[in-house]
Amino acid sequence: MKVILARDLLSVNAIKGENNREILESNGLLTLNIISSPGAGKTTLLEITMRLLKDKYNFGVIEGDLYTSRDAVRLLEHARAIVQINTCGICHLNADMVAKALEDMPLASLDIVIIENVGNLVCPASFYLGETCKVAVLSVPEGSDKPAKYPELFKEAQVVVISKADLLPYTDFDLSGCIKELQGINPRSEICVVSAKTGEGMEKWLAWVEERVQLVSSH
Amino acid sequence: MHEFSLISELLETVMESAEKNGISNVAKIKLIVGECHGALPEALSFAFKALSSDTVCSDAELEIETKKGILLCTTCGHEFSYAILQSMCPECGSFYLDIISGRELRIDYFEGE
Repeated sequence: MKVILARDLLSVNAIKGENNREILESNGLLTLNIISSPGAGKTTLLEITMRLLKDKYNFGVIEGDLYTSRDAVRLLEHARAIVQINTCGICHLNADMVAKALEDMPLASLDIVIIENVGNLVCPASFYLGETCKVAVLSVPEGSDKPAKYPELFKEAQVVVISKADLLPYTDFDLSGCIKELQGINPRSEICVVSAKTGEGMEKWLAWVEERVQLVSSH
Repeated sequence: MHEFSLISELLETVMESAEKNGISNVAKIKLIVGECHGALPEALSFAFKALSSDTVCSDAELEIETKKGILLCTTCGHEFSYAILQSMCPECGSFYLDIISGRELRIDYFEGE
């Protein structure tokens, strides 16, 4: 017997992602899916962001890593709830993993859910998790040529954080060229140039986050 | 790439449908993969072999049809074939590209009894 399915493979994930979105939206939550290469500074950015905003908002964190809970331990003191997912070799989070993590979260007492994806600039961009926005983090030491080389993520990200900006004087990172390229790939995305270490540029990023929380909770 | 996840979604979908249709032995699965998707046929086949053992699909042949990728430059209207790592229009250098075809990653059908 022949069974015609005509079913998109990623749609299996997308349907689960939509389920997550419904759960998150019904709780009035802003959900950010944070994506970057390994070592771009996602966890440090989140540490500082949560430290500065935790008096105003309750954070829930879903921490995706191949192995270990090192990042979760770093964020523990700033989050109301944190769930670690170890993908054990899988290069991205998928909607199913996030659905399971959401079951362990006190969603009614949260304002913002942060999903820190596995460090990888390629695969996580293809898997919709149910997030409100994708946040791309690109660090100065990675080089300003990355957006055009990995356009998939930058096409979809509503905000791009150029991190480790304190290192700009020591590298040949072409900031204006990079911003121009990002705008070419996705004219609608917001670009924030920050150093979580010195605090430079953090206001714009924090204002973006707060604006989004207001938007989501007013719906 | 994430071929293992894609194949586990494929197996989940096929096994669910096989059960509904009373199929206990899947003989063939036809998969359509667009060039722009970036999923490699060899890696998909490898993942299929590894993940299908001990399932109703363990004896199944995985046939993969590749669909050509065509991109359209929304700035100058130039249409061109997809090439890996190409992110700008070869005519005008614009980054504003739409994928016209080649984005598929679809199970077409499966057979079994």
